Amino acid sequence: MKKVYANASEALDGVISDGMMIAAGGFGLCGIPELLLEAIKDSGAQNLTFASNNAGVDDFGIGILLQTKQVKKMISSYVGENAEFMRQYLSGELELEFNPQGTLAERMRAGGAGIPGFYTKTGVGTVIAEGKEHKDFNGETYILEEGIFADLAIVKAWKADDTGNLIFRKTARNFNVPAATCGKICIAEVEEIVPRGSLDPDAIHLPGIYVHRIIQGTHEKRIEQRTTRKKEEA
Amino acid sequence: MPWDRNQMAARAAQELEDGMYVNLGIGIPTLVANYVGDKDITLQSENGMLGMGPFPFEGEEDADLINAGKQTITELSRTSYFDSATSFAMIRGGKIAAAVLGAMEVDEEGDLANWMIPGVLVKGMGGAMDLVAGVRRVIVVMDHTNKHGKSKLLKKCTLPLTGKKVVNRIITNLGVLDVVDGGLKIIEIAEGVTEDEIRTATEANIVN
Repeated sequence: MKKVYANASEALDGVISDGMMIAAGGFGLCGIPELLLEAIKDSGAQNLTFASNNAGVDDFGIGILLQTKQVKKMISSYVGENAEFMRQYLSGELELEFNPQGTLAERMRAGGAGIPGFYTKTGVGTVIAEGKEHKDFNGETYILEEGIFADLAIVKAWKADDTGNLIFRKTARNFNVPAATCGKICIAEVEEIVPRGSLDPDAIHLPGIYVHRIIQGTHEKRIEQRTTRKKEEA
Repeated sequence: MPWDRNQMAARAAQELEDGMYVNLGIGIPTLVANYVGDKDITLQSENGMLGMGPFPFEGEEDADLINAGKQTITELSRTSYFDSATSFAMIRGGKIAAAVLGAMEVDEEGDLANWMIPGVLVKGMGGAMDLVAGVRRVIVVMDHTNKHGKSKLLKKCTLPLTGKKVVNRIITNLGVLDVVDGGLKIIEIAEGVTEDEIRTATEANIVN
């Protein structure tokens, strides 16, 4: 079966629809599926729910879908860098469900592993625990969190072979792996598609079984907080 | 003289032992890395990295290599990368020896509030709730009082909690306190600060 598509719009064809729950990889602007987000904007799909650690910035990442009001709800751990997000949230146009970052990652991982719920200590005694089942194990209290089963996962990797085996680069791996696994369909955008056999099978970060469609493209890879130190003078 | 930011960071660095895997929060905790000296400390960045290095030299920034504060950083010879689920599995699983975090309030039970002020724009808890619930030792570094002069070491936190009974040690500009049965215990007093000054600046019960 052919997994390689010509571009992001073609990869979304027949997959994207209104009201979908989409799991997106990335942390801040690092490792986000920027081409697929652009193509989702062009598709005009409405009322989308995104499970994504962050919501991008105003003009990049999921932020571009907020500008066009295509997002109904965000499930995120941190949304600090986005003015339009805050405006829509405060005016009630946008729903927001805060998840602790590790709980969000584990909810995706669990969904992808066929686990509908798990108990965690994270958030016990905080607003996160309100309304959730509490259970004691070995004298400690845990809360029940549910796995995320997304209609679609969109992720960004460094390299793929044409069977969908993926390799990520440095901290751009982040949420891309758990997000990819929890989607009924996963589309990956990569910097380079290489022939099968040219990736070391021992070094695959995400096996192709999780990846249904692949596109190659050019990425802006914007840096959110450029921080440097000065070279000491010799 | 109360400790300044760098002295607080240096004091926090004394808490770290050779061989520890440690997560440092944003703000003063980030400065702790400057004071670990010869100790073999591996820094975790919860977005998926162990062995976090210093900021890159100008022109050597890599968009694929950032810390949890989204700042560009570098890797070391010991560095490993992993996904977010694995990263929080090691946090939740108690593999990280210590977290050094900032706080808005801590109380005498060890409850911690550092993510939300009602009525002020909420940005989210990020990984803070996972860290305080999962790491083996939570060290808070913060000023003893807020900008209005009110104590940040309370009988009961007033802000929404990040975690309940999670803080082990508090390092402030005035000294070092531990969370023990019945309240906080003074462990160390900054040079030039008196015990009376700490007691006056502390709303929480102080046990002897």
